[in-house]
Amino acid sequence: MIGYDEWHYDVLVIGAGGAGLRAAIEASATGARVGVICKSLLGKAHTVMAEGGIAAALSNVDERDNWQVHFTDTMRGGQYINNWRMAELHAREAPKCVHELESWGALFDRTEDGRILQRNFGGHKYPRLAHVGDRTGLEMIRTLQDHGIHMGMEVHMECTIISLLKDEGRIAGAFGYDRQRGGFILFHAPAVILATGGVGRAYRITSNSWEYSGDGHALAYQAGAALVDMEFLQFHPTGMVWPPGVQGILVTEGVRGEGGILLNNKNERFMFNDIPPLYRNQTADSPEEGWRYTQGDRDARRPPELLTRDHVARCIVREIREGRGSPHKGVYLDISWIREKMPDAPGFIRRKLPGMYHQFKKLAGIDITKEPMEVGPTTHYMMGGVMVDADTQMSTIPGLFAAGECAAGLHGANRLGGNSLSDLLVFGKRAGLYAAEFASQNKAGKTDDVNIQSLADDAVSFFRQADGENPYAVMTALQEMMQDFAGIVRTESELLQAKESLIQFRQRARKVRVEGNREYNNAWHTALDLQHMIIVSEAITLAAIYRKESRGAHFRIDYPDPDPVNGKMNQVIRKGSDGRMHVESIPLKPVRPDLQQLIDEMK
Amino acid sequence: MIMNAEFQIWRGGKDSAGRFESYSIETTEGMVVLDAVHHIQSNQAPDLAVRWNCKAGKCGSCSAEINGTPKLMCMTRLSELPVGQPVTIAPLKAFPLIRDLVTDVSWNFRVKKKIPPFRPRKPDAPDGTWRIAQEDIDRVQEFRKCIECFLCQDVCHVLRDHQQFESFSGPRYMVYLAALEMHPLDVEDRIPLIKKENGIGLCNITKCCTAVCPEEIRITDNAIIPLKERVVDRFYDPIRKLFNLFK
Ligand SMILES: Cc1cc2nc3c(=O)[nH]c(=O)nc-3n(C[C@H](O)[C@H](O)[C@H](O)COP(=O)(O)OP(=O)(O)OC[C@H]3O[C@@H](n4cnc5c(N)ncnc54)[C@H](O)[C@@H]3O)c2cc1C
Repeated sequence: MIGYDEWHYDVLVIGAGGAGLRAAIEASATGARVGVICKSLLGKAHTVMAEGGIAAALSNVDERDNWQVHFTDTMRGGQYINNWRMAELHAREAPKCVHELESWGALFDRTEDGRILQRNFGGHKYPRLAHVGDRTGLEMIRTLQDHGIHMGMEVHMECTIISLLKDEGRIAGAFGYDRQRGGFILFHAPAVILATGGVGRAYRITSNSWEYSGDGHALAYQAGAALVDMEFLQFHPTGMVWPPGVQGILVTEGVRGEGGILLNNKNERFMFNDIPPLYRNQTADSPEEGWRYTQGDRDARRPPELLTRDHVARCIVREIREGRGSPHKGVYLDISWIREKMPDAPGFIRRKLPGMYHQFKKLAGIDITKEPMEVGPTTHYMMGGVMVDADTQMSTIPGLFAAGECAAGLHGANRLGGNSLSDLLVFGKRAGLYAAEFASQNKAGKTDDVNIQSLADDAVSFFRQADGENPYAVMTALQEMMQDFAGIVRTESELLQAKESLIQFRQRARKVRVEGNREYNNAWHTALDLQHMIIVSEAITLAAIYRKESRGAHFRIDYPDPDPVNGKMNQVIRKGSDGRMHVESIPLKPVRPDLQQLIDEMK
Repeated sequence: MIMNAEFQIWRGGKDSAGRFESYSIETTEGMVVLDAVHHIQSNQAPDLAVRWNCKAGKCGSCSAEINGTPKLMCMTRLSELPVGQPVTIAPLKAFPLIRDLVTDVSWNFRVKKKIPPFRPRKPDAPDGTWRIAQEDIDRVQEFRKCIECFLCQDVCHVLRDHQQFESFSGPRYMVYLAALEMHPLDVEDRIPLIKKENGIGLCNITKCCTAVCPEEIRITDNAIIPLKERVVDRFYDPIRKLFNLFK
C-alpha cells in the first residue's frame, strides 16, 4: 500500500499561470473552496516570461479600433478555423479584463494623457497591445498572484498532477505528487480546471521551459476528453540562435513592433519579397511606409515584418535553406538601424526593450543598440488543446474545464501575438465562474482506491527498472525526432516516420530507469513528464498527417496550399475504447450571420 | 572553443550530511552555469535537484551561490568566472535546504500574504478608470521589475547571519511595500506595519541586497531609505509628536 495525503475542494485549478490564477480568483469570489496546484513555485509559470503585451481593443492610441476589428483580425490570423464564438467573447471582454488588472494594481506604460499605452504587433490592424516595456507577463502574473493570495484560495506549490479521476463519466478529482518530498496527494473536487499551458518541451528548439510537457493535454486525453487543432503549433519567427545554450529563447515581436527589420546575409529586407494575398491590402509598399507605420502614422500600412508569425517564420526558414542565412543558421533582426531615423535611438531601444537589451548583452555579448541580432524560428505556442464550450470552457467531460494555452479554439490555425495574455484573462475568468457554478450544483464524486494504488505504483515503477535508459537521454532523442519530422515544414513521409518512431519512444519511455529516492528527484520528474510528452507528440503527428493542406502554422510541402474542403474542418483527437488514439474531422459550426458580415466587410 | 571545466556542486538532503561533489565537463562557447548544471544532470548526476524555468533571467527560479556570490545560474556566463579554477555552486544559505541546490523558500510567500494588499482609490476618470502619468509610475515600475529570485533575501545580514525571520521581512518585501506605498492609486496605510511587523529599523543599509539584484533595482536607495523616512516622519517628527500629545 502506498500512502497519500487528501484534500477536498469545490474547484481544483491545475496550473498557476495567468489562466489558472484568473480562474481561481473568479471561483474564490463566488465563495467556493479553491485549491490551486503548480509544478514550480508560485509566480514562475510561463506567463511570467511573456514580453510584448496583452491585446485588447482599448482604442487608447487609435480610436478607430474596437472589438469588431479585433475579432476580424483574430479570425483572419487563425485562417477562419477558429471557434468564432470564442473569438467574439475574447474581443468583446478583453478591454474590461485589462482594466480589471489595473484595478488590482497593475501599472501599464502610459499614453501622454495618462491612459494605458498600446503598441503595434503582428496581425493587429491598430496599436493594440497594453504593455510594460517588454516584461508584460511579469506584471500580469504578479498582479494576479498578489491579488489572488488574499482571496482564500490554497496554493500547493511544486506539486505535479499525473492523472485525473472520474466517477461515472464525471470528473471527481486529480492525483499527483509533491515534488519536494515525493509523497502522493489525492485531490477531491467536483469541478477541475486545467490551466497547464503548452507543449514546447517536445521539441529541441523552443522558447518553453521544462514545465511545458503538455500535461493538461495528456491528462485530458487520458481521461477521455476530446482534443482539437493539435496540428497547429506555432513556431515563433524570432528565437535566439547563438550561443548554443540559449538557442530558442524568445526575442519579442515587440522588437519588430518598435521598428526592427529582418535582413538576410545579402543585407536584403527579404520580407518584402513574399506577401500573402490575404494581407496584400494591409501591407506597406516600401520600407519608408513601414517605418512610418511603426511611428504611428495612421495612413501608413504595416511593414511585412509584422505579418503573422506562421508566414514570417516560413520566410526565415526559406532564407536559411537557400543559403542566405547568418553564420549561426539564422537571419538578422536589426533595431539598431533606427539611429538613422531618430536622435536618441540607443536610449529609445533601452527604454522600450530593456529585457531584450539585457538578454543579448548578457547572454550573447551583443549590444542591440549597435548591431543586429541573429534569430531563427523557435517552437513557441500550442494553438491546439482541450476542446471546450466557448461560453463556459467546459470540456467534453462534465466537470472538467480548461482555459489558457491548454484549451483550444480561440486562435485557430495561428495565434496573433498578444492574444494569449488576453485569452488567459477572458477565459480564465469564465472557466472559474462556470466551474464554481458546476461545483455548487454537483457533489464530489467517489474515487477508487484500487485505481489510485495502481497509478501510484506505475509512477514509482521507474525506480525498479534494472537496466532502462536515462530519462534525459530519451527526452532529448524525442525532442530531436519531433524537431526533424514534425517541425515547421512537414511532409507525409516524415510524419509517418515520426508516427512509427513514437511507437518505439512509448516503449522506451515506459522503461526508463531512475536512481535515488523520491525527494526532489529531477530524473523521476522527467520520467513522468516524458509520458505526457509522448502522448502530445503523437497527437500533433496524427493531426498533422490528417490535415492534407497548408494553413496557418501547419505547413506541408506536399500540400503547399490551403484547401477549401479541409478549411471547413477541425481535427478532433480522442482515445478510443481500444485504448488507441483516433482522429476525426468535424465540420466547423457556421458563423453567426452578423459576425460573418463583419468578416466579409473587413476582408 | 572547447575546454574542460570543473564544477563543485553541493549534494545532499536535509537529513544527510552534505558535501561538494566534483564534476568535470567539456564546456562550449557562451555557456552559462545553468547549462553546465543541466549537462551534469543529464549525463553524470540524474537525480541532481535544481530549480529553473525561463533561462533568460525573467522568472527568478535558478538562484544559487556561485563561487560564494548569490546569482542566477541562467545569467552567469562561464566566461565571467576565473579560468582554471573549479566553479563552486551551492544552494542559498539563508534558507533551509531541501536537497542539493533546492532550498525551502516558503517563508517568503508567507511574509507576503501578511502584507495588506493593494487598495485603489475610487476611479475618477469619466470612463470609470484612472488617468495616471508615466512620470508618476517610473519609480514603482522599477520596483515591479522584481522577479522574486530572493537573492536579496539570501544576502541580507539580518536574515542570513542573524536569522531574524520573525522580526524582519527582508529587502524583497521592502521593495514590495515601497511599490504599494508609492503606487499612485493605493490608499492603504502600511506605515505602522512597516515599522513594527516588517521591522524596517533592522536594516542598517549595507546595500548588499542592491549589489546582488539581477534586475538592478536600487533597493536600498529607492525603496528602503524612502520607507525609513516615511516611518521617521510619522513616528519621530517632533511637531507631530507634540500634536499627538494633545489629541
Ligand atoms: C517567452 C515567451 C513570451 C511570450 N510573450 C507573449 C506576449 O507578449 N503576449 C502574449 O499574449 N503571449 C505571450 N506568450 C504566450 C503566453 O505567455 C502563454 O501562452 C501563456 O502565458 C500561457 O498561460 P497559461 O496560464 O495557459 O499557462 P502557464 O502560465 O504556462 O501556466 C501553466 C501552469 O500549469 C502548471 N502545470 C502544468 N502541468 C501541471 C501538472 N501536471 N500538475 C500541476 N501543475 C501543472 C504549471 O506549473 C504552471 O503553473 C509568450 C510565451 C513565451 C514562452
